[in-house]
Amino acid sequence: MTGQPFRLPHGGLIDRLHTLSFRFDGKAYLGHPGDTLASALLANGVRLFGRSFKYHRPRGVLTAGSEEPNALVTLRSGARAEPNTRATTIELFDGLEATSQNRWPSLGLDLMAINQVFAPLFVAGFYYKTFMWPAKAWEKLYEPVIRRAAGLGAVSGLEDPDHYEHDHAFCDLLVVGAGPAGLVAALDAGRAGLRVVLADENPLAGGHLLSERAGLGGLGGAQWAAMAMAELAAMPHVRLLMRTTVFGRFDDGEHGAIEQVADHLPVPRPGQPRQRLWKIVARRAILATGATERPIVFDGNDRPGVMLASAVSTYCLRYGVAPGRRAVVFTATDSGWTTAHDLLAAGITLVAVIDTRSVVTDALAAPVRAVGVQVLTGGQIIAAKGSPLTSIEARDGTGRTHRFAADLLAVAGGWNPQIALAAHLGHKPAWRADIAAYVPGDTPPGLDAAGAAEGRFGLGDILASGRRAAIDAAQTLGRTINPSPLPHAENTPHAVSAVWASGPCKAKAFVDFQHDVTASDITLAVREGFTSVEHLKRYTTLGMATDQGRVGQVNGHGLLAAATGRALAETGTIRARPPVVPVAIGAFGGHHRGRHFRPERRTASHDWAAAHGTVFVDAGQWKRAQWFSLPHETDWRQSVDREVSATRGGVGLCDVSTLGKIELAGPDVGTLLDRLYINMFSTLPVGKARYGVMLREDGLVFDDGTVTRIADDRWFMTTTTANAAPVMRHIDFARQVLWPDLDVAAVSVTEQWATYAIAGPRSRDLLTAALPDLDVSNAALPYMGATTLRWRGHAARLYRLSFSGELAYELSVPARLGAALVEHLFAVGAAFGLIAYGTEALGVMRIEKGHPAGNELNGWTTATDLGMGRMASTKKDYIGRIMAARPALVDPARPRLVGLRPVDGASAIRAGGHLLRPGAAPVAANDEGFVTSACFSPTLGHPIALALLAHGAQRHGEEVVVHDPVRGADVRALVCDPVFHDPAGEKLRG
Amino acid sequence: MRYSIVQLAAQALQRHRGWQPAWRDAAPRDGYDVVIVGGGGHGLATAWYLAKVHGITNVAVIERGWIGGGNAGRNTTIIRSNYGLPGNEPFYEWSMKLWEGLEQDLNYNAMVSQRGVLNLYHSDPQRDAYARRGNAMRMHGVDAELLNADAVRKMAPFLDFDNARFPIQGGLLQARGGTARHDAVNWGYARAASALGVDIIQNCEVTGFVRDTSGTVTGVETSRGTILAGKVGLAVAGMTSHVAAMAGLRLPIESHVLQAFVSEGLKPLIPGVITFGAGHFYVSQSDKGGLVFGGDIDGYNSYAQRGNLPVVEDVCEGGMALMPMIGRVRLLRSWGGIMDMSFDGSPIIDHTPVAGLYLNAGWCYGGFKATPASGWCFAHLLATDSPHETATAYRLDRFRTGHVIDEKGVGAQANLH
Amino acid sequence: MRIPCPFCGSRDSREFVSRGDAAPVRPAGDDAEAMFDYVYLRDNPAGLFEELWYHAQGCRNWLRVERNTRDHTIVGARLARPERAA
Repeated sequence: MTGQPFRLPHGGLIDRLHTLSFRFDGKAYLGHPGDTLASALLANGVRLFGRSFKYHRPRGVLTAGSEEPNALVTLRSGARAEPNTRATTIELFDGLEATSQNRWPSLGLDLMAINQVFAPLFVAGFYYKTFMWPAKAWEKLYEPVIRRAAGLGAVSGLEDPDHYEHDHAFCDLLVVGAGPAGLVAALDAGRAGLRVVLADENPLAGGHLLSERAGLGGLGGAQWAAMAMAELAAMPHVRLLMRTTVFGRFDDGEHGAIEQVADHLPVPRPGQPRQRLWKIVARRAILATGATERPIVFDGNDRPGVMLASAVSTYCLRYGVAPGRRAVVFTATDSGWTTAHDLLAAGITLVAVIDTRSVVTDALAAPVRAVGVQVLTGGQIIAAKGSPLTSIEARDGTGRTHRFAADLLAVAGGWNPQIALAAHLGHKPAWRADIAAYVPGDTPPGLDAAGAAEGRFGLGDILASGRRAAIDAAQTLGRTINPSPLPHAENTPHAVSAVWASGPCKAKAFVDFQHDVTASDITLAVREGFTSVEHLKRYTTLGMATDQGRVGQVNGHGLLAAATGRALAETGTIRARPPVVPVAIGAFGGHHRGRHFRPERRTASHDWAAAHGTVFVDAGQWKRAQWFSLPHETDWRQSVDREVSATRGGVGLCDVSTLGKIELAGPDVGTLLDRLYINMFSTLPVGKARYGVMLREDGLVFDDGTVTRIADDRWFMTTTTANAAPVMRHIDFARQVLWPDLDVAAVSVTEQWATYAIAGPRSRDLLTAALPDLDVSNAALPYMGATTLRWRGHAARLYRLSFSGELAYELSVPARLGAALVEHLFAVGAAFGLIAYGTEALGVMRIEKGHPAGNELNGWTTATDLGMGRMASTKKDYIGRIMAARPALVDPARPRLVGLRPVDGASAIRAGGHLLRPGAAPVAANDEGFVTSACFSPTLGHPIALALLAHGAQRHGEEVVVHDPVRGADVRALVCDPVFHDPAGEKLRG
Repeated sequence: MRYSIVQLAAQALQRHRGWQPAWRDAAPRDGYDVVIVGGGGHGLATAWYLAKVHGITNVAVIERGWIGGGNAGRNTTIIRSNYGLPGNEPFYEWSMKLWEGLEQDLNYNAMVSQRGVLNLYHSDPQRDAYARRGNAMRMHGVDAELLNADAVRKMAPFLDFDNARFPIQGGLLQARGGTARHDAVNWGYARAASALGVDIIQNCEVTGFVRDTSGTVTGVETSRGTILAGKVGLAVAGMTSHVAAMAGLRLPIESHVLQAFVSEGLKPLIPGVITFGAGHFYVSQSDKGGLVFGGDIDGYNSYAQRGNLPVVEDVCEGGMALMPMIGRVRLLRSWGGIMDMSFDGSPIIDHTPVAGLYLNAGWCYGGFKATPASGWCFAHLLATDSPHETATAYRLDRFRTGHVIDEKGVGAQANLH
Repeated sequence: MRIPCPFCGSRDSREFVSRGDAAPVRPAGDDAEAMFDYVYLRDNPAGLFEELWYHAQGCRNWLRVERNTRDHTIVGARLARPERAA
């Protein structure tokens, strides 16, 4: 463990009384609370942070913020390893562990740096021109090598152990950024009583105030910001979200924001989320996101030790760190001189200030000259040399060359207002030549920019801009702000000249640092015709790195404009897309992962089933009992066969509560049902149920189910489990949009009723015993009859419906009584041999009866295909009637529902197998249909299946081949009627 | 100028000063045999095959903005031919065959990478539906394998097998599926077509059609003047309804937004393309290392080329449910494209009721993989006035006759496909 | 996106299901061509557009929402079902 040789003796917003230990690439270091990983490493004299993407160039730290393109590390280890994390935003904590990336075997000695040797070949888009021969070599040879070399950090491959929370906020005003403009706006709005949310990505409020010596209102910047925050924190209608980045603006004032709740801790506290995704709906928003500095393109501008001037100031002033011992400042702006003064104030040797402008005011230069610093005007940097930086070759306005020995080069290329949020909805930024910056052009309704984001760079102007934005926002909300005097602040000089590049840019002059896009790549792209900003981006990958072009894009577009002889405003710019900063995928996913990916719907007797050996199956979100295993049963087929046989031979109970249930009321229900179903319902007598088929308007089958007329104006519909919600929506559409004149009310009661099918020849005996007050004789309750009753004092309904083909009933009670009813039926049913059966046995019995279900209602079948064409009424209009008559839908060659049985009486037929004529080659031209549902029939003692077969209705008795190459051998099958069991329907009517 | 490693080395010696523009940035001439409206992948491919296969080189591709700037340059780059219906499968397999020889054909490395496409299933009915589709593929001579959970685990051990709400039961694998570099496809077609004499005219927006007295389309009015044409082909995904309306056509198409996403660059993690069967999520990893992923359309009509948060969350929920190791991987960038959703989910390559005007449209969110065959078949139609044998089902009148090609079976509602 | 439901107020679009163009009117009678047009053909405008949204997780009303498909701006929404005379 070493000391902190580059820690300044005083200053900075760090807690020098406490020391934190941490490791980078296994080596131990010390830092202080308030440090970032970058500042702490710099304090320890570490210069090398990472390697670049393509050439594996050694890289240091360029910035002090979330736009950092170079200093990406993997934070933590094991399942919590977080690749590509910016050292400049990692808050130091005790025990922090980080490792460098994209190097082998080590950061100092990276053999992949051999790529630099090939750099003359590896120009923009080189891969489009080679690696084509031989054709198969791409996947086998070239691509694996490229893929291994590419990428940045590595994922642990382990499940993320932390969790992520979602939260919502609604406010009058969202202020993005707690710098000077944002704080003024939030204070003004908060004092006026507006509901305000103030969000900032940093742990500390103040923004640029934390990195400058000039204070305001007689206070230091950090002090003023802390006081402002204290006042805001005391306002109950103001919510302060620190460590929170607003990453996207969406429609109607919805903003996405990510709060780093526990990223500054070694691990989240128990129960604490790592991060929280906020969805903030704001009536107004103020973009007070400030501006980030841009570099200048010159040879060697990526060497460790070359840093943005503002970052140099930040390390000195906010973190109390000297980013170097001998500094040169290279600037195209007045603000670079501020850094020069900051360096002097910090006691760091300033060798020279090189300003690209030929005239520099005395106010800037005189104090620097006065202490013997060389000043070059009209200057250029020719090259930066050494890794880390050792010397700088520069030229002054007269053409004289100068060499400076230096280990720090502070570069000030101008300011990029952070305006991505203003562009997310498609609004274009506007180029302002006077400040050489993009500012928001027309902004989306409700969004306003303030401060540096609006292109104001003097502190006094910034404060005024924040106030103006707050007043405007309040005004549009019908509120008034009575402003108190703003703190006094000087407008520091901020003139800028538009400079993108310096010197010859012949060797390695970087525009996009992380992706190694150089000035000559841009020239090459232009030469090859990639002259639109979109083509340039895609060809060179400019702006596609993790900083999304925040550092290099304006320079790149400036160079493009120069190379094409266009004005920068003409070249246009890339549309900013969310997120503004990269956001963890886990945060978007929230709690919807693992078993909680989607809610689980359970029926009323779920626990009863679980206690009775059931295996559950997913049916949409529902959990349904698939079968009930008895202790001696070793195979699911044993259970299912037993359930089918016991039901067909005695009585079985099945939970069918998941079927969609809709209650309809009103004088016009019959008319509506006539229009929804192909068959007639208005004639249905009270106390009777009828099976019906619904079409979509395109003439294909939508759903099936039964409707029971409970009373003259009260009806009850069932739907398939899958279509419960779509049918409800369909009914609401029909009654509200298509035929609003019909007087019909409808409500889903799926979750209100627990319903049990009680099937088998002894079902009547069971019900007679279980419901002694009710007459369930065939005369009182014939097939397709229905009656209401009371069970344990509550309304209940009994329907004589059969899906199994046996004498059967469906008994419904309020859902909260479902479990009690099942207990009761089994208590009574022991004497009758009652068994419970699950969805598998249900499926077997419906296949034996040839009832179409989900596999047949597949969206491709007509009523006629399913053998239900004759149900269609010709006496009325109904949805789908006209389109069902289209030629392709009435083609006699269409596949029709048939039954299949194996010729050998034993071979299993699998659903999904295709049908061929015997002897026909297994090619698509001979495809005659496919198997929709299949099972072993314990009733018949052999496998059976349902299938859709061309001309099927005429082919009963023929042989077909079931072709299933993805699973196994062909099976010969006989075509038969789809109703295998009791075709006359005697059992269910008995 | 032929591209090769030798050429690259030779150019490197002269500091890459000798490279020529990849394609000529042409100005419009008075007229062409064929004018293709739309400089996306499909339009550029059409031009290339018109020139190469049919010898028709007096062709212009006119593009409102910059070529490849629409869906051709903002998709998730997946190529596959794993369709189940007879109207689709021969076409997409033809496309796959063209992909397999594309780079040599174009002398441009489009990074066609057949790392496999794996569709996961999570239930018995889904397994059977995938078997039906896999069997159909095999009967069309296309590779398909139905894998069980163990085989999937071997390929992708990082998937959530043990704690899933909808456990993975297996998958349908098309090993020949994979990805291609979308921009390279566009540029490769443009460069090759341009070399054969095709004019690629950028920043040229169609504002109307030139019609003769019989109503036949004989050219286009554009922001750069009138351009006459023997035939006009539309390949303007995203703006089909808008452009077709200039010729008085109403189509079975609605435009929707589909978002897609890319993560920060990572070392190799995901072998091929994986699709979740119990939610809306599919993913692959680009050669640069970013996870490229997407899900469902937002569901409302839109020309805005951007979407909203609900789908971002839905997609990431699917991603986390499927591979919970990506929790700390960061989503870097999202984007949105305009999908011309047809009313059966399948495309249209056909004549229109207007003489002289031909239509290539309705690709929903699946147009990228179709690029080569779409170009081939549209060129065939434009050159011969008859549909190519692999695209006979893509008739415009199929909605009237009922011969729809509805892979999902969801019917005449665009946003369900 | 937020839908101004006339019954429930401004609500998150997550509560709704979109069905697209509200203009087509279901034809009565046997005119197959009119039905084809109703089922399949759409103007699909880039601009102002009246469309149907269903407040599935709210009041279950179908709404006619006027929205710009170019920028998603919502101008207004009303119940699809006309108000009944009291």
